[in-house]
Amino acid sequence: MEEFLVLLVSTLDATIRVAAPLVLAALAGLYAERSGVVDIGLEGKMLASAFAAAAAAYAANSAWAGLAAGIGISMFLALLHGFACITHRGDQVVSGVAINILVAGLTVTLGIAWFSQGGQTPALSSDARFSPLIWPGAEALRDVPLIGALYTEIISGHNLLAYIAYLAVPLTWWVVYRTRFGLRLRAVGENPAAVDTAGISVTALRYQGMMCCGLLCGMAGTYLSTAQNAGFVKNMTAGQGFIALAALIFGKWRPVPAMMACLLFGFLDAVANRIQGVKLPLVGEIPVQLIQALPYILTVVLLAGFIGKAVAPKASGVAYVKER
Amino acid sequence: MTAIELRDINKSFGPVQANRNVALKINKGTIHGIIGENGAGKSTLMSILYGFYEADSGDILINGKITRIRSSNEAIGAGIGMVHQHFMLVDPFTVVENVMLGAEGGALLNKGIDKAREELERLEREYGLDVPVDSLAGDLPVGLQQRVEILKALYRGAEILILDEPTGVLTPQETDQLFRILKALKDQGVTVVLITHKLQEIMAVTDSVSVMRGGEMVAHRTTAETSKEELAELMVGRKVLLKVDKKDSRPGETALKVEGLSVIDSDGIARVDNVSLSVRHGEILGIAGVSGNGQSELLKALSGIVPPSRGRIELNGTVVTPERPLDARQFRDLNLAHVPEDRHRMGLVMAFDADESAILGYHRSAAYNGPILMNRTAIIEDCAQKMADFDVRPPTPELKSANFSGGNQQKIVLAREMARKPDVLLVGQPTRGVDIGAIEYIHKNLIAMRDAGTAVLLVSVELEEIMSLSDRILVMFEGRIVGEVAPENADERTLGLMMANASPVSYEQASGPGTANSLTQEAGA
Amino acid sequence: MSSASAKLPRWVDVGLIPLINILLAFIASGLIILLIGEDPIEAVRILVWGAFGTEEGIGYTLYYTTNFIFTGLAVAVAFHTGLFNIGGEGQAYIGGLGVGLACLLLDGSLPLLLILPISIAVAAIFGAAWAYIPAYLQAYRGSHVVITTIMFNFIASALMVYLLVNVLIQPGQMSPESREFAPSAQLPFMHEAFAWFGVEITRSPLNLTIFWALICCVLVWTFIWRTRWGYEIRTVGFNETAAVYAGINPKKIIILAMCVSGALAGFVGLNEILGVHHRLLLNFTAGYGFTGIAVSLMGRNHPIGIVLASLLFGALYQGGAELAFDMPKITRDMVVVIQGLVILFSGALAFMIKPGMERLFLRLFSNAARPDTMTEA
Repeated sequence: MEEFLVLLVSTLDATIRVAAPLVLAALAGLYAERSGVVDIGLEGKMLASAFAAAAAAYAANSAWAGLAAGIGISMFLALLHGFACITHRGDQVVSGVAINILVAGLTVTLGIAWFSQGGQTPALSSDARFSPLIWPGAEALRDVPLIGALYTEIISGHNLLAYIAYLAVPLTWWVVYRTRFGLRLRAVGENPAAVDTAGISVTALRYQGMMCCGLLCGMAGTYLSTAQNAGFVKNMTAGQGFIALAALIFGKWRPVPAMMACLLFGFLDAVANRIQGVKLPLVGEIPVQLIQALPYILTVVLLAGFIGKAVAPKASGVAYVKER
Repeated sequence: MTAIELRDINKSFGPVQANRNVALKINKGTIHGIIGENGAGKSTLMSILYGFYEADSGDILINGKITRIRSSNEAIGAGIGMVHQHFMLVDPFTVVENVMLGAEGGALLNKGIDKAREELERLEREYGLDVPVDSLAGDLPVGLQQRVEILKALYRGAEILILDEPTGVLTPQETDQLFRILKALKDQGVTVVLITHKLQEIMAVTDSVSVMRGGEMVAHRTTAETSKEELAELMVGRKVLLKVDKKDSRPGETALKVEGLSVIDSDGIARVDNVSLSVRHGEILGIAGVSGNGQSELLKALSGIVPPSRGRIELNGTVVTPERPLDARQFRDLNLAHVPEDRHRMGLVMAFDADESAILGYHRSAAYNGPILMNRTAIIEDCAQKMADFDVRPPTPELKSANFSGGNQQKIVLAREMARKPDVLLVGQPTRGVDIGAIEYIHKNLIAMRDAGTAVLLVSVELEEIMSLSDRILVMFEGRIVGEVAPENADERTLGLMMANASPVSYEQASGPGTANSLTQEAGA
Repeated sequence: MSSASAKLPRWVDVGLIPLINILLAFIASGLIILLIGEDPIEAVRILVWGAFGTEEGIGYTLYYTTNFIFTGLAVAVAFHTGLFNIGGEGQAYIGGLGVGLACLLLDGSLPLLLILPISIAVAAIFGAAWAYIPAYLQAYRGSHVVITTIMFNFIASALMVYLLVNVLIQPGQMSPESREFAPSAQLPFMHEAFAWFGVEITRSPLNLTIFWALICCVLVWTFIWRTRWGYEIRTVGFNETAAVYAGINPKKIIILAMCVSGALAGFVGLNEILGVHHRLLLNFTAGYGFTGIAVSLMGRNHPIGIVLASLLFGALYQGGAELAFDMPKITRDMVVVIQGLVILFSGALAFMIKPGMERLFLRLFSNAARPDTMTEA
């Protein structure tokens, strides 16, 4: 029983850590998609900001410099996507894919050119990383049964960006449902013509949505290379941008359900890691490749909609053209 | 006092000049109509007034002052409000949220909403625009949705209200109510501009009218001093035959029989509700009704696009039931042809060359195909033949479908469906978006098909078309057939009442039975 | 995806604008090379020489071109029905798996003349099968095909690793590869084929599969524009409502198009496994699937354009290898960057140039404007 509790606590702890960047990326996608812009490029933005954050953090030996760089590059790419899709009415999916591929090549190219480590950035010192924040009294409460473990392991001890990620969920809910900006954002995703005839600029709103997307995605990527890891590794996002998008779709473009879906992925990942090499009853040892493939398989299962059908914002994916 | 004056407005889109030297004066507190055919330039002109487009040259004067209107915002600032033909509502929002959009009264919503609700209720009382403020816009019936649009404009302080083809989705009774609301607005000093192509509406409610043709303003009249015939002639530029010449029909055997047909949509609502009808060879059965009352679904079920949920369809000896549905191709194999309501979305593929659009639906037939490859020569020749037979201009099979005018596109669709001499022909809104010259041609062709023995089922929202073409008339309301009328006995009043029959929500506001159609009577219809 | 202009002559729309888009992509790439601290002009020189300067270089270029033709055709077929098939990587991988399995099973008992058509069929079937599930989910469940195909890429990767490490590995070997096929399961290289006629050319991986690639171009063109299945695919791609009206079942067409697409991508496996490596191994898809996207967009989804675009990217890949050799700061990943830029300019920003071009042409050629057959205003 004792062992099981320890296992449970560490699993939940891992869940929260793994899900944090997914939550940030999913919320990023929410702002874009709610305004009617499909953003397949979450993956690319995450990867780019992971690289930029690691590079800047190394150069300035400061995690904050990393965060600034990560957010900066992500917002730039979001603007680029907006420029292609909103201003020039390009195909939104193609633009997202283009950015993903571009970033995949550029991060390694620049990485090799600047650091000559085969695409990696040099390892970051602890100053250049976001370290775990220990809450007051955590050490003291560590041995208290149940509550202590909860407090010390699961609530306390995460890095700043993880806390921001989970705080961003109620914040996003409030912005989208309780502010003027949120009302307009939702409107432009459902019926951009209605917004246009009400005298509001559709273009400006969609760009603002993309900016929010860029901001959050930048934090997601920064998390990967400065909080979770100690540096950038080639292709380190490994599809998490798409998984976050799937979580968003599964959560029907609402903040809290999307977060729950991200936690589900995090939980699955944590469990999978703990099963590795362990002989399970009946099935024996699960091949490591299957464990690695599980998040991708789960994504497909979620998208297959066996667990509820998702209805996208009505104007999603369609460039707004004034009717003649 | 002149509320709106337009001087010398010009607007071109590439080589097409939509507005040329347009001049217009509208007095404050009047209802002014702007009439013209499709493509005459009315919508462009109003879009300029509402800031959607900017004129290439010319001035707009509001209340005597030159005003630049470059965006919807500036139009709203100038006191102009617009009710569009296709509603600009956000379906998942409530009425309050829809009205507030753009004038929320602050960055946070909570205070703004209460204020908006108060103001909204005041406006409703003042103008008699009853709408439940907390219901979702998407759930409201069409007539109420239109009221929300009017409220939106009034909420933003509109003193000039433009309505673009507002009655296309209303029954004659709802139209009367709308006109009563417009008159109430007029009494409060609001200037109303009514854009329409329906002559009877102009005669019914406007004080003055302007006629547009080919991008130009060709005439202004005081409504009381003109007539439908004069306006029609001004619209088209020549004497127009408003009624079709036809002999009596000589119907034969029943070609299409429908019993207890129901089509239920994904929300469980019966769009077609227990409909029974039959069409005989050599007759035209017209189905009248305001759009949105199940006619589209009926056509889809009868052509195989959707399967029937209940009931049976009997065509050429074959029975179609929910257990044994047939798809569109199989219906065609039974010698049924279908001219769809919306040629843009269904009838043609705009990106295809005309010859490829001309085989749409028949592309698998042996006439166009070898064992593996398609027979290009046969397809092109066939198309050229069809174009010659139906006077499609230009008669170029290689031209992209999108590059033909609306009337010629419709002719391509008709040619395709009619050329194989079907036993049953389904036709939906055959003359929507088609200019008057082509309308006459299309009507003549339908009569010719009927005389040659085809059973024709005609669905149209244009009562005049139904009344002049049909040998029998059925009326649909909320998915049901609510009555049959012989054409000799049909008039707008009778049909209109049937079209609004058994309505569970009465939009009639306590005006007695005698005044129900007073407006149409005044106009001397 | 494409919306050919009604106002511009065809050669401008299909020839000039894509050319300008590519130019922009290359200029942007040049700027990045500058940023890295190398000379873009020198880079171009090395690249061109690497791709076309030697017999061996040409051989390699054409070998890459073969793969890109397959993946480019694959993406194009899917585009015609309105879908974006990003799963070329995975479909090529699994197609190769099929070829490998067939060869491992049959190389002892059948001659090359039989193994070749069998391999073609198996590559097609396996590739199509890998595209089938995402296609089905898109058609019947509305699952976004872009995400599902990308997921299937990852799953294919995992699957191949598992198979090659645990099942198919040659006993006693360290590297995850199968045993080498017998000569009856080895397609001749081009230099071997030339030797039959007494002509000597430098060795390269270029093999007879390239002829199959060109045949596929003809087959795809015929399929899309001259058969009723192609007609139905294009109808669904342009206007699904009209397709239903015409008695076409969009779901079945989506699956058909995606399966054909997967089959075409699977032929990369033919080139790699039967043609070059003669054994089953990891990572032979090496990004060809993603390049197919750039190739298809650049080639405007038309086989002729695809062949030209494949040639260009083949040159980039081969020249890029040479470049990486001469300029250690630049690697093959630079080509990925160029790919991304090409997709960006040809796909997403394709309309950036069009309005300007239309205005320019209107002014220059206003006399030759077509007669007034405008749509309703």
